[in-house]
Amino acid sequence: MTENKDANQKNVSDNQEEVDLSKRQFIKTAGMTTGGIVGGILLGSFISKPFKTEKYEPASEDSHHHGSGGHNTFTEAMQFFTRIEDLLTLSAAAEIIFPEDENGPGAIALGAPYYIDKQLASPWGKNIDDYRKRPFLEGESPLNRGDTMLTGLRKLNEVSQSKYNDIFNNLEEDAQIEILKGFEAGEIEMNLVSSAGFFALLRQLTLEGCYADPLYGGNKDMEGWRMKEFPGAYMSYTDVVEVEEFVKKEPMSLSNHM
Amino acid sequence: MAKKLDKVDVVTVGVGWMGGIVAAELTKAGYKVVGLDKGKEKDIKDYLHTHDEVRYPVRGEGYEKLTNETYTVRNTLEEDARPIRDKSTAVIGEGIGGGGSHWGAQTHRYYPYDFEIRSKTIEKYGEEKIPKNMTLQDWGITYDELEPYYDKFEKMAGISGEPDPNYPERSDDYPTPPLKKNRQMLLFEEAVKKMGYNPFVIPSGTLSEQYTNPDGETLNACQYCGFCGSNYCEYGAKADPVMTVIPTAKKTGNFELRTHARVIRILHENGKAVGVLYEDTRTGQEFEQPADLVVLTSYVFNNVRLLLLSEIGKPYNPENGTGVIGKNFTDHHGVTSSHGLFDNEKFNNYVSTGAYGMAITDYTGDLVDHHDLDFLHGGQIEARITGNAPVANNIVPEGTPQWGKEFKEKSLFYANRFLMIFSQKATLPYQEYYLDLDPTYTDANGDPLIRITWDYSDNDKAIHEFIQEKHVEILEEMGATHILAYPMPEHFSGGLAFQHNGGGVIMGKDPETSAVNSYLQMWDMDNLFVCGASAFPHFSCTNPTTTAAALTYRAAEGMMEFLKNGGQLVEAKSQKRLV
Repeated sequence: MTENKDANQKNVSDNQEEVDLSKRQFIKTAGMTTGGIVGGILLGSFISKPFKTEKYEPASEDSHHHGSGGHNTFTEAMQFFTRIEDLLTLSAAAEIIFPEDENGPGAIALGAPYYIDKQLASPWGKNIDDYRKRPFLEGESPLNRGDTMLTGLRKLNEVSQSKYNDIFNNLEEDAQIEILKGFEAGEIEMNLVSSAGFFALLRQLTLEGCYADPLYGGNKDMEGWRMKEFPGAYMSYTDVVEVEEFVKKEPMSLSNHM
Repeated sequence: MAKKLDKVDVVTVGVGWMGGIVAAELTKAGYKVVGLDKGKEKDIKDYLHTHDEVRYPVRGEGYEKLTNETYTVRNTLEEDARPIRDKSTAVIGEGIGGGGSHWGAQTHRYYPYDFEIRSKTIEKYGEEKIPKNMTLQDWGITYDELEPYYDKFEKMAGISGEPDPNYPERSDDYPTPPLKKNRQMLLFEEAVKKMGYNPFVIPSGTLSEQYTNPDGETLNACQYCGFCGSNYCEYGAKADPVMTVIPTAKKTGNFELRTHARVIRILHENGKAVGVLYEDTRTGQEFEQPADLVVLTSYVFNNVRLLLLSEIGKPYNPENGTGVIGKNFTDHHGVTSSHGLFDNEKFNNYVSTGAYGMAITDYTGDLVDHHDLDFLHGGQIEARITGNAPVANNIVPEGTPQWGKEFKEKSLFYANRFLMIFSQKATLPYQEYYLDLDPTYTDANGDPLIRITWDYSDNDKAIHEFIQEKHVEILEEMGATHILAYPMPEHFSGGLAFQHNGGGVIMGKDPETSAVNSYLQMWDMDNLFVCGASAFPHFSCTNPTTTAAALTYRAAEGMMEFLKNGGQLVEAKSQKRLV
């Protein structure tokens, strides 16, 4: 098989405008007003659509036969987060880290925020397999991953408020980037964890949410792999090993092994 | 109160490569062996569905949980050590098979120079070439003495490879042919040959074809699936104790494997080991397992820790260099790596195995003259194809941000347009770097954790500078559009990335300066053998398993000799150094 990027490209750009609109609109209008949140019922009605990732059609019709396929979004709800605004902040930040562009979907459309929610709800998010004995020395954080994320996301909004008088989701992209750069550089004073530590976790989880096997709830329809031309969970490449030119393969997820 | 069990001939502490080899060899000879492992039972049925980047390499499914115990790290004698807390950064094998179930299976031998490094260095350059605080020692064995045991390991494991043109002829070929060369390897081969080097395909425990070893165990042919170095092999194509030596031992009917069995102490009376005390980690019930011969087979950390906790051997003192337990610890994770990006090439980077690539050894050991170099030993240079797992591999040209629009675009563009040049360097020992028991942090039972005191040395940094220049030259010759030559981190952080540590219970000829003889038998306790990279007086350029396993095959012969006739197998030689 050789590369056939054009077909994919077209498909992606057809969707792009629609998704872009829904995401941006949602983040700007549905979230919160300055200094407070809108009522729950209203919020709920806004959330349902833009947050569902069903808008992305798989780039190739073949993918139905290979991977997670289907479009049910029953797994797209909150396991870890309790406040919707935390998930909104996370989504906006993740989208800045891995934005939608002409190559294809960004973190939100790939389901990364839901992936992150599930990971933080897992034993890993609670650092169950880690050594947690005190004392925690200078430079070590006593917070588990879930608490690190919550602390960081709330700090993002705090910094946004103090710098721009608005929550993170409502800021222009440039301002969001600027704020995240400050966190990455460790310049933001935080309690019990460094802003650089929080940012590293956010970045790592975002990339995982875009590129993990779809079984975990991200990398929706394997679009992350398709963009990266990574074939996923193939059992064998003995057919490719000695081929000189690049061999593009339709990705395959672990669900295909069941 | 511990429950006392019936006495057996041999008990091993840990059932990975070393424990598995000891179990296979001694049970075949008719001895009754009990293997204790604190982890879980495993077999190939557990290896299905390992094509999962998040579960295996990123979260470390195959790594030991740190909930109950870990190790601590500091860079200097003056600092407080801190525990390594995150399981995924401490790459310690879990369950039977240990690290041998998820290793990359790179299987170079060590070089003749390594085993006589002190003598050969002094012979050629004089004693002043060795820095005063570098505790360089001969191993008490020569390459020629060890060669038959290298061969034995390679045949058991079915190693695929081709000879390294720079080093002595082998007594026999590798049991299986080298892995197939892909485009990236051919590019490297062409470039380095043009530059006058001697490339060869990296020897690997991922097999190029199906193979049945002398014990009758069959391994399959590697599928180049790319989920290897941190994963179990779903195909049974990677040499693994679970696929080889453990079933060999089981078949004899003389081997009893007990999992969830965490050894707490080596029991000893009047200078003789009498058995081990262990607990069932599920119930907390303690057992005493008496044995004629106790063999520690827990690689490095737990070998050293059990000796210190059990008060066997003289603990090492870094202030004056006396004592032996904990001495000459080396960490071997400070690799030098460089990426070449190729704007006009596209490689099938997703096609790989754990140790896939080509290497040159022209800068290892003492092959180049070191008179005008400010370091000893050196490093291999390898073109390594490590797969293209998409969370971990996001290579972008220098100056590109690590997130955002430009990052996404570039990381996608270069996803299949990079290749890596990689060097593992020899790590030489220093007086102030060692292992001991941590004064603050304990395991779940209240026993102190093992503590590492270690940092990068001037020798490491000098090799890095030297070898990275060669990386850049090679990548230029290969036609890279961008070259990313990564600096070494300033200090050792304690993360392991893979499982390359050595020393702590080192071998040698002199009981004053070593803990075990060349059969890995304790000088201070005849019926206690300590197998693993803990025996390495220094760490050579490459991966430890091959050499640790060869030493263990030889040790197994020593154990049989000891069980027949008793006593010390080697006459101690004092090698008092003039200061």
